[in-house]
Amino acid sequence: MDIVISELTKKFADNTVIDRFSAVIKENQRTFIMGPSGCGKTTLINILLGLVPFDSGVIKGVPERKSVVFQEDRLCESFNSISNVRLVLNRKVDDSVIISHLEQIGLKDDLYKPVIELSGGMRRRVAIVRAILAESEILFLDEPFKGLDTETKKNVMSYLLENTRNKTTIIVTHDIEDVNALSGNVIAMDM
Amino acid sequence: MISTTQDKLDNKHTKRRIEKLVAVVIALLVWQVAAMLIGEHLLLVTPITVVKRLFSLLTEADFFRTIIYSFLRIVSGFFLGLLIGSLMAILAGRFHIAKIMFWPYMVTIKSVPVASFIILCLIWLTSSSLSIFISFLMVLPIIYTNILQGIESTDQKLLEMTQVYRVSWLKKLKYIYLPQIKTYLISACSVALGLAWKSGIAAEVIGVSFGSIGEKLYESKIYYSTADLFAWTVIIVLLSVGFEKIVLFLIKRFFIRLERS
Repeated sequence: MDIVISELTKKFADNTVIDRFSAVIKENQRTFIMGPSGCGKTTLINILLGLVPFDSGVIKGVPERKSVVFQEDRLCESFNSISNVRLVLNRKVDDSVIISHLEQIGLKDDLYKPVIELSGGMRRRVAIVRAILAESEILFLDEPFKGLDTETKKNVMSYLLENTRNKTTIIVTHDIEDVNALSGNVIAMDM
Repeated sequence: MISTTQDKLDNKHTKRRIEKLVAVVIALLVWQVAAMLIGEHLLLVTPITVVKRLFSLLTEADFFRTIIYSFLRIVSGFFLGLLIGSLMAILAGRFHIAKIMFWPYMVTIKSVPVASFIILCLIWLTSSSLSIFISFLMVLPIIYTNILQGIESTDQKLLEMTQVYRVSWLKKLKYIYLPQIKTYLISACSVALGLAWKSGIAAEVIGVSFGSIGEKLYESKIYYSTADLFAWTVIIVLLSVGFEKIVLFLIKRFFIRLERS
């Protein structure tokens, strides 16, 4: 089922962040949300996640089970990367599966370190694996490549391509190259 | 490079320990000289006399029975305060109304002098259970306040993440809340343990609990035995510090295991 957003408006005090925004997000496809800073991309994601209420408009078709990579990594600092992934798994998943995903994304040597000891780029990748392995019908990625160097970004992109095939995926990005590399629909948001 | 930094840290710790040891030795010397200058055992005994009395106490028949009597009661009061204080903090963290309802009790316990509670409780309780209740009462607000503060300072963004992923309550407790309250719990226990001993012994002295350390202190006052007073005080300090070290070690170990699991 497609997600249909009609005339969505969100205000913070007197500041209108999203003004009568309408869009359709296709099911089982990748959709990029692009726009200048402050246009309400993250607010839109938070509304779709059910974390922020909206003032007016209609949203239909958002699946129940969601996974997300937030703009910040939102990891449990004192636990290692495996535990951080295990936290969101409601079904029984063998540690070897988690380890293989973390290794695939270049974290082989740092599996058992508390995430507080990992670099920003490594933490980002833990957050990505967590979102991929969580049981969900829709995946939200808010600037997923933030803090990654070119080589790591390439690796993460191929990991995402492999693991988001035929899955409704919403990606917030500033970079048109991300759209070219991953391909998908584009929704532009204005100020 | 790492080992050099570690060596420097070790050296720093060793230096600090030596400094502290020197300070203790000087303090003991000052005490010894002061006692010799006063020259009256009733007013101030020498540390040597205290050590001698300490050893003679060890050979007395009821020494260990006295220690076990007070230890069990004060420690029970502490753990009761830890358990109930934690549960109340969880409730207050979850329901605002509970926090409001608990507020007058906590403020009262914190502001009323311990001696008033002891005398009041003497009317309600037997002298043998008095130290349990008083220790519990002194520990309760410290544990409650600190754990509640820990719960309230939980990262809301982490909680949003668990909301999206529909993380169970038990997992939230393990991964979010327990690590969050760790430092608050350690500092609360450190303060509460000392206070449990101080207030528990005070309750035993005022209530003259038969067979307790408090009773021994009371007797030392009755018989003007300053050496006994000092010797039992040293024992209380050793018990209090020793128990504090064990409890804090166990708490830290629990968190290490939790984070590695």
